[in-house]
Amino acid sequence: MATLEIKDLHASVTTDEGTKEILKGVNLTVRSGEVHAIMGPNGSGKSTLSYAIAGHPKYEVTSGEVLLDGENVLEMSVDERARAGLFLAMQYPVEVPGVSMSNFLRTAATAVRGEAPKLRHWVKEVRDEMAKLDIPAEFAERSVNEGFSGGEKKRHEILQLALLKPKFAVLDETDSGLDVDALRVVSQAVNDFTASNDVGVMLITHYTRILKHIQPDVVHVFAEGRVVESGGKELADELEEQGYVKYVGKAEPAAL
Amino acid sequence: MTVAENTTENNVRSALQEGAVVPETSRGERFTGYDVEAFEVPSGREENWRFTPLKRLRGLHKGGDAAVATGKVTLSVDAAPEVTVETVSREDERLGKAGAPGDRVSAQAYSSFTEATVVSVGADTKASKPTVLTVTGPGKDLLAYGHLQIRLAPYAEASVVLDHRGSGTYADNVEFITGEGARLTVISVQDWEDDAVHVSEHHVSLGKDSLVKHTVVTLGGDLVRVSPTARFAAPGGDVELLGLYFADAGQHQEHRLFVDHAQPHCKSHVTYKGALQGDDARSVWIGDVLIRAAAEGTDTFELNRNLVLTEGARADSVPNLEIETGEIEGAGHASATGRFDDEQLFYLQSRGIDEPTARRLVVRGFFFEILARIDVPELRERLEAAIEDELQAVGH
Repeated sequence: MATLEIKDLHASVTTDEGTKEILKGVNLTVRSGEVHAIMGPNGSGKSTLSYAIAGHPKYEVTSGEVLLDGENVLEMSVDERARAGLFLAMQYPVEVPGVSMSNFLRTAATAVRGEAPKLRHWVKEVRDEMAKLDIPAEFAERSVNEGFSGGEKKRHEILQLALLKPKFAVLDETDSGLDVDALRVVSQAVNDFTASNDVGVMLITHYTRILKHIQPDVVHVFAEGRVVESGGKELADELEEQGYVKYVGKAEPAAL
Repeated sequence: MTVAENTTENNVRSALQEGAVVPETSRGERFTGYDVEAFEVPSGREENWRFTPLKRLRGLHKGGDAAVATGKVTLSVDAAPEVTVETVSREDERLGKAGAPGDRVSAQAYSSFTEATVVSVGADTKASKPTVLTVTGPGKDLLAYGHLQIRLAPYAEASVVLDHRGSGTYADNVEFITGEGARLTVISVQDWEDDAVHVSEHHVSLGKDSLVKHTVVTLGGDLVRVSPTARFAAPGGDVELLGLYFADAGQHQEHRLFVDHAQPHCKSHVTYKGALQGDDARSVWIGDVLIRAAAEGTDTFELNRNLVLTEGARADSVPNLEIETGEIEGAGHASATGRFDDEQLFYLQSRGIDEPTARRLVVRGFFFEILARIDVPELRERLEAAIEDELQAVGH
């Protein structure tokens, strides 16, 4: 049983136009075994929240805490956070030319597990997880994310989730760019993972679409850089019907 | 990499008008000759010397007493059984046929060598293993000249490694001549000691429908300047010019390429990649491609990428594309110089990989495209290890 607590988190980004505060006091607690949907309109700061938790250098945390079982992860480097049990499935996974997916996965698994996985078990483990996600075997020898379609990238993010087995996973807009079949496959893989691992999930999404496949325990509405309302599954149904108008003052649908 | 980039493919007009620097005079009109005295002593302002620190050439460019040989290189040969290796005098009539020296130092080398090595492969003969020529420098504070010719008769096939090691100053010309349908793979490694100065011109002359894959790897030396020139003696030739360099603090590594398309239906493909780290690490890449009016159906592309790993290093990259006919398959170039991509590092680190390992993965990945095409496994492994060592050297 692990707990991820986000306490009064403020973060800003510096651009040519100056420094802009994006997260304005986020409070959120996720326990292992729970799936929290974080739903918000464009520009509400959802992705910034995920990057701030993971430690992206572009975002500066100006105050607040992110505690993993009481330890402040904000004091850790990006890789230390991952080894402590955090995982971010990115909205826009990065291409790393010349580094094969298989080399990358094994290097990452070795880092997170603290020792190199036994080769024989590892090969089978990777093959099985790839099969679950309908990823053809030849992807193992391709460069990390290079030339992958949007959907292929998302499948590989979930493949990494399954292999690195974090305590907490933030899935940032994993549904965007997935067609119906891909969404079903990816959702099933996430469900398999949560069913067989003691993991807490933050599912960040603009639309209710993925919630038809992955059942959230808690739904939060994110607007203007903070959580503005929390509830159960019924809150997602309400968003599906009414969109974000109540939170942003203008019509913005939450259903496609 | 997060860099400015300029890529043009199958688009002659934009290649001419945008990124490519079109020199004031055609590259094809630059003087060449075998006699050193026919060249003026460079001042450093000339187009082909403006990037080279002349002071570090130890007088090679000036001639006179400073340019008199004081030592010899040692050449050791591990040849495939199908290959003939001869030591010949400078009067041997085969020499100099691949092309004339294009600058004063190459002409100095041509005017100064006393004996040459000729490596030849007979018609329809396939060499069963790579032929390795190890050139060991004359030693610290000594100067030597050399001349080497690799010649493949029609439909011969061979792979040749030139491995440069040791100390001293060395200037040489290397000729590669392929007969009709021949296939030659060349890898020239400059793995010199820190004091070495090496100025080398490679003259590639391709016969009808022949194929040359020419790779330059520069790791060591104080100053290394390699100038490969490729010319097509007949239609249908295909040349691939690959390069990998890694400049450390204080090193000057310069690669000046010239592909002269004067025959129809020939291909040239240039890919050079370099990494730089440390104060005053310096690399220069010049890629001149000339497509003459007769060279209809030419297909050419050149690419140079530089990865600047630390402050204080500088990479110059100058692609020049001159096109005198519109009847071509394609012509393009891309050149980019950038720092480490923070997004790549973040992505790898977010998977638990520590920063030094992540940096190594990125650099290895950067060079992979070139290393993967070095089909001599022992050499590829040695170069991979050398790159690892370079990265360790500054504690990445």
